[in-house]
Amino acid sequence: MAKPESIRPAQAQESVADTFPKLLQAHAKTRSARPAMREKDLGIWQTWNWDEVAIEVRALALGLAAKGFKRGDRLAVIGDNRPRLYMAIMAAQCMGGVPVPLYQDAAAEEMVFVLSDAEVSMAVVEDQEQVDKLLEIRDRLPALQAIVYDDPRGMRHYQHDGVYDMAEILGAGRIHHDEHPLFFQSMVDMGRGSDPAIMLYTSGTTGHPKGVLHTYDSMIITARNAANLEGLTEREEVLAYLPMAWVGDNLFSYAQSLVTGFCVSCPESSDTVMTDMREIGPSYYFAPPRVYENLLTQVMIRMEDAGRFKYWLFHYFMNHARRVGTDILEGKPVGFWDRLGYKLGEYLVYGPVKNVLGFTRLKLAYTAGEAIGPELFDFYRAIGVNIKQLYGQTEAYVMVCVHPNDKVKPDTVGVPVPGVEVKIADNGEVLFRGPGTFHSYWKRPDATNETRNAEGWVYSGDAGYFDEDGQLKIIDRAKDVGRLTNGSLFAPKYLENKLKFFQHIKEVVAFGDGQDYTTAFINIDLTAVGNWAEKRGLPYTGYTDLAGQAPVYELIRECIEKMNADLARDPKLHGSQIKRFLILHKELDADDGELTRTRKVRRKFIAERYAPLIEALYDGSQACSIDTVVKFEDGRSGNLRATLQIRDAKTYPAITSEAA
Amino acid sequence: MTQHRKIGDVILQAEAISLSFGGVKALSNISLEVREHEILSIIGPNGAGKSSMLNVINGVYHPQQGHVVYRGKTRDRMRPHEAARQGIARTFQNIALFKGMSVLDNIMTGRNLKMRANFIQQALYWGRAQREEIAQRAYVEKIIDFLEIQHIRKTPVGRLPYGLQKRVELARALAAEPTMLLLDEPMAGMNVEEKQDMCRFILDVNDEFGTTIVLIEHDMGVVMDISDRIVVLDYGKKIGDGTPDEIRVNPDVIAAYLGGSH
Repeated sequence: MAKPESIRPAQAQESVADTFPKLLQAHAKTRSARPAMREKDLGIWQTWNWDEVAIEVRALALGLAAKGFKRGDRLAVIGDNRPRLYMAIMAAQCMGGVPVPLYQDAAAEEMVFVLSDAEVSMAVVEDQEQVDKLLEIRDRLPALQAIVYDDPRGMRHYQHDGVYDMAEILGAGRIHHDEHPLFFQSMVDMGRGSDPAIMLYTSGTTGHPKGVLHTYDSMIITARNAANLEGLTEREEVLAYLPMAWVGDNLFSYAQSLVTGFCVSCPESSDTVMTDMREIGPSYYFAPPRVYENLLTQVMIRMEDAGRFKYWLFHYFMNHARRVGTDILEGKPVGFWDRLGYKLGEYLVYGPVKNVLGFTRLKLAYTAGEAIGPELFDFYRAIGVNIKQLYGQTEAYVMVCVHPNDKVKPDTVGVPVPGVEVKIADNGEVLFRGPGTFHSYWKRPDATNETRNAEGWVYSGDAGYFDEDGQLKIIDRAKDVGRLTNGSLFAPKYLENKLKFFQHIKEVVAFGDGQDYTTAFINIDLTAVGNWAEKRGLPYTGYTDLAGQAPVYELIRECIEKMNADLARDPKLHGSQIKRFLILHKELDADDGELTRTRKVRRKFIAERYAPLIEALYDGSQACSIDTVVKFEDGRSGNLRATLQIRDAKTYPAITSEAA
Repeated sequence: MTQHRKIGDVILQAEAISLSFGGVKALSNISLEVREHEILSIIGPNGAGKSSMLNVINGVYHPQQGHVVYRGKTRDRMRPHEAARQGIARTFQNIALFKGMSVLDNIMTGRNLKMRANFIQQALYWGRAQREEIAQRAYVEKIIDFLEIQHIRKTPVGRLPYGLQKRVELARALAAEPTMLLLDEPMAGMNVEEKQDMCRFILDVNDEFGTTIVLIEHDMGVVMDISDRIVVLDYGKKIGDGTPDEIRVNPDVIAAYLGGSH
């Protein structure tokens, strides 16, 4: 590909560049011809090198300034991952403004709060869809002066004031630079590491979302520490495909790229991510557990359809890999013949599987957000993918804990990263403190002081403990941890995650705080259970029909009883085995407000919405009717009425730790 | 959607067309006009002669009486590929794609008319053939982008759901850069969401490329929403011609559809 040249370490510009605009300018000098961003357009990967990015960002920044964007203003950035939107973030920072990325799939109504709370003065958006949303709510956003769109398709007839094509803004910026050649540099030089650099809204599991302000210092130091810890260089390849409004994307696709100088590629569209993954071959990858689960399920389902020989070959070598693969990955001693067998397996099975998944060049794969099943770790680590759990928060600029390379335990989130201190409060809540700690909540000093105490410790809101290896184990949100009437501990998320490890179960909501026993709502996984039903010749029309069938209830009951048996060994949680359950007639959906945009369960909302069902779970009845309003994708809503069965599951007596 | 495009002059006139197959009169004495940049729908019950009319416009059928004037020239007996050369492209009621070929290759066939390289050059992918293919591919990619089918670019057409196949067929028709596009039931068998998408694409094509569109469709909601003008056929005769509002109150049309007096 390129001529050999020394790989520059990440610390090269440490001394001078304390803001992202300064880092960008440093890259444009030291590695001007190296690729900075890629985007697949009209079927071909288009590349911007660092020099081109710097020039484009300058034009965009000055263009926005020419339309009235001032130091300290907020710029909304809305759309799929596009190079020009990342450049918009850089441009805002060049002008001393604060970019505010928003979730692109939110409805217009959902955007009103964030846009007005942040008093956004300008918005850079991807396309017509986003422009339409903003125009719809514009009369409630007095501060919004200008909307700039990247993709002109369908925009020809828009005559609204203050709506601009990005090409126009870039042109204005270039003219501005010709007329005032010193202005841009003076704005960049004015930036300080202690300035606010970005505002990311928390997903709002409870109440209104809060704007989390981070300074350049907290972002750059965190990104640099993480890059040093994992040995990231300018040679990494990253695919930016997660929402830009999410703190993780901001760290992995923005801050770390600007700190180390590696190239970020944007997929052609959200439907082509898999193909684009294979073409780019990322070396550094982040995905929520769900993605790894889906990939594994896909591989397994396709292997079920393979011929007998291939089926045997796959399972023979996978068994071998499960036995020795992880040890080889972690550099532990492995016998010669086992190594040879693994080499052969690499050639015949692991290599091709990784290639199909786009993991061929993968050095480091992170996952976070939810607990991840042990069989997932087994599978990926066995075939040589270094998958690790990460524990983080928006308030920490992601990095709190990460698995060490040589000791990955499926049920922990690893050890604190360099520079970050973690301790457990008396009530079991996890506290952390470090360089990435947030500056403040936007306009909410009360909430800031509530979350961070005088010594700088941040209350994470999670309950957890350190295990015997010093690795942190998170059991649940601290406020969700409750007790049953018999006094035993109830950590709903812990139960839910344990159940979600079964491939047939997609979502779970557990109840039990202040009750006599634990119960649960189940969402089945339509792909896996559908496949299972087809194999048995079980006819079904759709999710609702399948979810109500007796054999499916049996299937789920077995899963729950397996978990109950496992839970009986837990010293703290054995009392919270699930006694009764039902399978919901619809999939929990963010559009109905049941999940957050990051697909976390909104417990309180669900409890209110399905109150009759919960009542039925505790009054001993065998069935319950429910009538719910659902929202369709096109915005219309309808009623869904169903009668749900309720079943009992067997529970097991506690096994004391001495016996285990 | 606000329409700012201008509907121009008449570009195609069918004058007193009569067509029969043996004793069956498919069309009798039908005249209609198509104006530049408009969306014209032809509707009517089953067997009304809609597809026959489209085939006459396209040059597949030759009427026994009457003639077609296209861009001021009266058309002689002609073959369908000549219609294609004059800028008329179409899609079919039953999808007529190459099932075993990828979406990309199917759309590339729509560019066939633009290729000038000879058979040997194309077979060897050499010289002019290579340059041409690259240029044509660039255009095809624009259409893929326009119709948002990037994710199925390399998928064999036979593996796609029906709604997407319809979209691919539209893509292939667009690849010929037509001035007039004939769509034979573009939304048959689609669900509501697919129909909405298809409507949006038809309007976008009309809007972005200024393509004149003649379509046959059964879904009245769709027809009333997107058409500039509607022609109604019944038993081979024209019983209505006008804007959607006019058609909605036309007593003959109401009778034909509700099965009034015959």
